[in-house]
Amino acid sequence: MTMLQGFRIALHALRLNPLRSFLTMLGIVIGVASIVTVFAIGAGAQLRLQEQIRSIGANVLMIMPGAVYQGGVRLKDGSKLTMTESDVQAILEQIPEIQAAAGSIAGTAQVIHEGKNWNTTINGTTTGHFMVRDWQLSSGRYFSNAEEAAAGKVVILGSTVARELFAPGDDPIGAQIRIMKVPLEVVGVLDRKDPAQDDVAFVPLTTAKLRFLGSASNINRDSVAYIIAKVAADGQMAGARSEIESLLRQRHRVPAGQDDDFKVQDPAAAMEAQQGAIRTVALLLVAIASVSLLVGGISIMNVMIVSVTERTREIGIRRALGGRMRDIRLQFLCEALVLCLLGGAIGVLSGVTLSMTVARMAGWITSIDSEAIALALAFSIATGLIFGFYPAHKASKLSPIEALKTE
Amino acid sequence: MTATLPLISLRSVGRTYRTDGIAVTAVRNVTFDVDQGEILAVMGPSGSGKSTLMNMIGLLDLPSEGAIYLEGTNVADLSEDRRSTLRARSIGFVFQSYNLLARHNAIENVALPLVYCGVGHKERLGRAEQSLEAVGMLHRAHHFPRQLSGGEQQRVAIARALIASPLIILADEPTGALDSRTGAEILALFAALNQRGQTVVMITHDPRIAMQCRRTIRLHDGELVSDETIAPLLPRRSIGS
Repeated sequence: MTMLQGFRIALHALRLNPLRSFLTMLGIVIGVASIVTVFAIGAGAQLRLQEQIRSIGANVLMIMPGAVYQGGVRLKDGSKLTMTESDVQAILEQIPEIQAAAGSIAGTAQVIHEGKNWNTTINGTTTGHFMVRDWQLSSGRYFSNAEEAAAGKVVILGSTVARELFAPGDDPIGAQIRIMKVPLEVVGVLDRKDPAQDDVAFVPLTTAKLRFLGSASNINRDSVAYIIAKVAADGQMAGARSEIESLLRQRHRVPAGQDDDFKVQDPAAAMEAQQGAIRTVALLLVAIASVSLLVGGISIMNVMIVSVTERTREIGIRRALGGRMRDIRLQFLCEALVLCLLGGAIGVLSGVTLSMTVARMAGWITSIDSEAIALALAFSIATGLIFGFYPAHKASKLSPIEALKTE
Repeated sequence: MTATLPLISLRSVGRTYRTDGIAVTAVRNVTFDVDQGEILAVMGPSGSGKSTLMNMIGLLDLPSEGAIYLEGTNVADLSEDRRSTLRARSIGFVFQSYNLLARHNAIENVALPLVYCGVGHKERLGRAEQSLEAVGMLHRAHHFPRQLSGGEQQRVAIARALIASPLIILADEPTGALDSRTGAEILALFAALNQRGQTVVMITHDPRIAMQCRRTIRLHDGELVSDETIAPLLPRRSIGS
């Protein structure tokens, strides 16, 4: 008897008892569906994190204001802008691992172009910012040195802002927009990065201070809200970080034993840690789903044992008519395999449907990869073989004479 | 003719079962030959060892003493797998209770032995049709066993026994579950098959059936007590009603 004949006989037998067959494979269906869904959601979360890491830029350190003491009172982190443009300059000049660095100040404002307006983040910075974040232009140019020095009335738009202010065929380059009544010329539009990153308008740091954000009392002429710096190579991140820390402590005259008035962060590392946490949770969920597969396998074994008992006479007839022991074994093994494969296929379909529904309803990114599907199907085939073998073996060992005597 | 090997030879065949340490001898020292084209009845009361003998001739069981030769080959020398394959190709079983698979229709039941001969699906169905036609059951090909009368089921079972063109048909009380008229029809069918050269061995406790056969072997308490051949063959019209 060939495998194909085995499968044909198995399908025939299972069709006769559709409800029983379905209930038997339900455990496998649920197990496989859970594995596929968990994989899809987990892979989606990782994809989103990688996207975010990429949007920040590779090997980027971020220097934020830290705790400040005023008359012995420890103020909230970031309540005073402690970094300055000369800090940026010092970092660039004194730390060889730093390729590029830029200070930024930011606020929100309404941007207006003809009949359209949009509320967005206004980021005052230098061209170094785009270098640090590997952020290319889709059209136009970066700020010129003259514009950066003389508070030029120019703006570079993030792709979201460009889309909101300009009609599709309309070229933003050279157009005039207004921010807080100040007319600015659009000189560049940035590439798309990430929805969270693209909603921004960049102006030269000098322009931002002079025209928009400089009036606040806690901003002196030289200070910036945060600094971003690009380290040349991945392996130099830790070294560059401690060098920046000692340089800034020295420059800010932080006494020994007192907290820094700044903090250096590695956003990508923080996200990678988060990614690790997601992986752990996903693994845990897969483990739980595997228990369902195990239970499904046991239920298949149970039903197969009952089925072998019920069909003892059929086994006797088949043996008398020339079925070898291995033919009988193959027949029952095929039944278990068909149950598991069918259960696996239904499970994959439900898992894909479920993760697509989750993606739509919860707005999560899910990613269904063929590897997860192959893994789930491999699991169900293995389940069929492992839990189908014993009943099939039992069936093949029946004595044909005894089996024929059974009612 | 005399130079040809007998189809089946039993030489001092015995079969002893051991259950819970107690030895029970079902068949003892039985010797006879079956030649190609014979029709013979193995007779005896219940418990005389008929079924044990049939199981051994049908390669479902092996003798514990003596030897059985199928076309000169000692069946004890064959592997379990080989004996299974020989059952599919060379032995056609007909049972008292028909033993059709209830969930398969007539033509699928008839085709079943060919599955174990490695014959493809299309050819199986074609040959099953021919076999059903030979027993006059082609019009019931797609009926399930429960939709058929006892006599019809036994005809389907005979078609199944015939399909692989076996060396021998082994029938165990083939009319035991049938009324006498239907039983007679089934016997007539066996006689007709024998006329065309088919070797048939029937096991029965019914002397009327034995009377239809040219040769009768009688068993008692597992031992062969007589082996008689009546000549000439009874005319066929006396078979059945």
